[in-house]
Amino acid sequence: MSQAIAQAFAAARQAGRAAFIPFLSGGLPDMATTARLLTELDQAGADVIEVGIPFSDPMADGPVIQEASKRALDAGATPVGVLEMLAGLRGRIKAPLVVMTYYNPVLNLGLEAFAQRAVQAGVSGAIVPDLPPEEAAPWLKAARAAGLDTIFMAAPTTPPERLPRLLECCSGFLYYVSMTGVTGAGLNLAPEVLAGIRTARAAAGLPLAVGFGVAQPSQAAALAGVADGVIVGSALVKLVLEAASPELAVQAVGGLARELRAALG
Amino acid sequence: MPRSEASSPAPRAWHDQPDAGGHFGPYGGRFVPETLMPALEELAAAYEAARRDQAFQAELGDLLEHYAGRATPLYEAKRLSEKLGGARIFLKREDLTHTGAHKINNALGQVLLAKKMGKKRIIAETGAGQHGVATATAAALMGLTCAVYMGTLDMERQALNVTRMRMLGSTVEPVTSGSCSLKDAVNQAIRDWVTNVRTTHYIMGSVIGPHPYPLMVRDFQAVIGQEARAQILARAGRLPDLLMACVGAGSNAMGLFHAFLDDPVAMIGVEAAGHGLDTSQHAASLGAGRPGVLHGCHLYLLQDEHGQVHEAHSIAAGLDYPGVGPEHGLLKDVGRVQYTAVTDAQAVAAFQELARVEGIIPALESSHALAQAFVTAAAMPRDAILLLCLSGRGDKDVASVAAYLEKNS
Repeated sequence: MSQAIAQAFAAARQAGRAAFIPFLSGGLPDMATTARLLTELDQAGADVIEVGIPFSDPMADGPVIQEASKRALDAGATPVGVLEMLAGLRGRIKAPLVVMTYYNPVLNLGLEAFAQRAVQAGVSGAIVPDLPPEEAAPWLKAARAAGLDTIFMAAPTTPPERLPRLLECCSGFLYYVSMTGVTGAGLNLAPEVLAGIRTARAAAGLPLAVGFGVAQPSQAAALAGVADGVIVGSALVKLVLEAASPELAVQAVGGLARELRAALG
Repeated sequence: MPRSEASSPAPRAWHDQPDAGGHFGPYGGRFVPETLMPALEELAAAYEAARRDQAFQAELGDLLEHYAGRATPLYEAKRLSEKLGGARIFLKREDLTHTGAHKINNALGQVLLAKKMGKKRIIAETGAGQHGVATATAAALMGLTCAVYMGTLDMERQALNVTRMRMLGSTVEPVTSGSCSLKDAVNQAIRDWVTNVRTTHYIMGSVIGPHPYPLMVRDFQAVIGQEARAQILARAGRLPDLLMACVGAGSNAMGLFHAFLDDPVAMIGVEAAGHGLDTSQHAASLGAGRPGVLHGCHLYLLQDEHGQVHEAHSIAAGLDYPGVGPEHGLLKDVGRVQYTAVTDAQAVAAFQELARVEGIIPALESSHALAQAFVTAAAMPRDAILLLCLSGRGDKDVASVAAYLEKNS
């Protein structure tokens, strides 16, 4: 298991704030720009950084990350290409890195090979949203052997009695999905959602970060009171999609990242 | 087809497949976002209860008989057999069901189940539009709202079915991502389900997806083989030598094959070779794919060296899918079923041939099985029996076939 993620959450907690966890799609608009964007996020004060490895059929993602994945794939992004880009950033980024992808690219590379290459690239954890605990045993074995944290998701539909099963598999942090929906949809922090977050956090025994639909600093601030970390993806990816040049993408992403980070206290 | 090839040892009793987690050997399972896992548990439990509930089975049986028009005929295509100079050919006429394809068997079963589960809204994906029409029909019958996801390419080539779904009161949601066909429609339907899972039941149209779908859809389609088995025994006094069915994701084939798996009967599943297996334009997941995970299960999949899913191609929209149901994967691996593929051109030729020789216009999907049957039957003895699932009728395809013939004449 990696200590880097636990330490990053602990440091944020000591500073009296929730951890800021931005997400970007690897290879969008190209690998070199992704590397610059990740460096910018690190400098903007990200505590953990999530990097997407694009997949052709991102069924848990909304239109923004679908478009980002498609453009990255059209630009030639591959799982190995993303990991190699991350390897090139070793020593240049303080925040621990987490990769997020779907199970097929992992299975295709080979579970052991994927986990080992990720760790060699300096990656601390991985999120595979279409791999539930019921099917995860081979992946857990490979990831644990390589020293890679395996981050699992809990959702508002997850009954409390199912949490132990998720937590058995989960290391690094528990990813709480803020809503029933895909990434980037509208956030609604209804009382029952906040209650679900509190229940999961109390059961977790490891940090809990909330993601899906967090777009604005005010939303991040609202979540900071109930979660150990806040994940922002589509809102940042959208800026990269819309930017007219890599320079403008870095500028826009850096700007929003600093606002989000500041909102967390 | 020599009869000695007819039987292969099964690894375990076929009726025991899958295991409790939905695994057919190494295939199947459940690979979905956490949000859906509780809904799948609920669905699996509701389906298990319905499976044992005699009242549910009686209600479904009544609908299948009086609404869908079952049992469908088993028709002996004598003129065809004579022309080919080979085996006797029997056609299981799923094209004669209400809505014109086998898809209604599954749609009625799942809509009835959804209603029992208290769901108010139905969603579905569709390729050729036959599953969409069947689902829209069943939803209308039971007073549920229904949205059908369909790729814009398929909406264009199956315009008639788009109109039918709308007339039945369903909305058709155009899908513009990826190849704008069936795979993308499934992605979009799953996204809808993740968002509306508490109120909505997703009716998958084939033997794919997370457990319990491959099991449940197979069971609802197994009526095809159960009827055909009884019909051929009554008509010919014996089991057939060979079964044949087209395979996209594989529901009509599983429906026909399942009742015969423990019998000494050979089986051939026919995939879509599109422009040819030596091109990238085909949909032969078993013939040219390798195992991977898509849409919630582990299955044979068309994918590139990086694990990105290929866009499939077939002239038959209902076969235009880059994966194939997990049970087919197992049947292939153990050698119980042989899988072949025929091209767009062969399927169109078979479409025309059946229309002219027997006065039946088959669906382009079913025409793939016919094309293979023409070749195989010709090499079989005159007293051998080939039983083929004519999974749907071809009214929806006449415009595309006419366009194809004009372009390729």
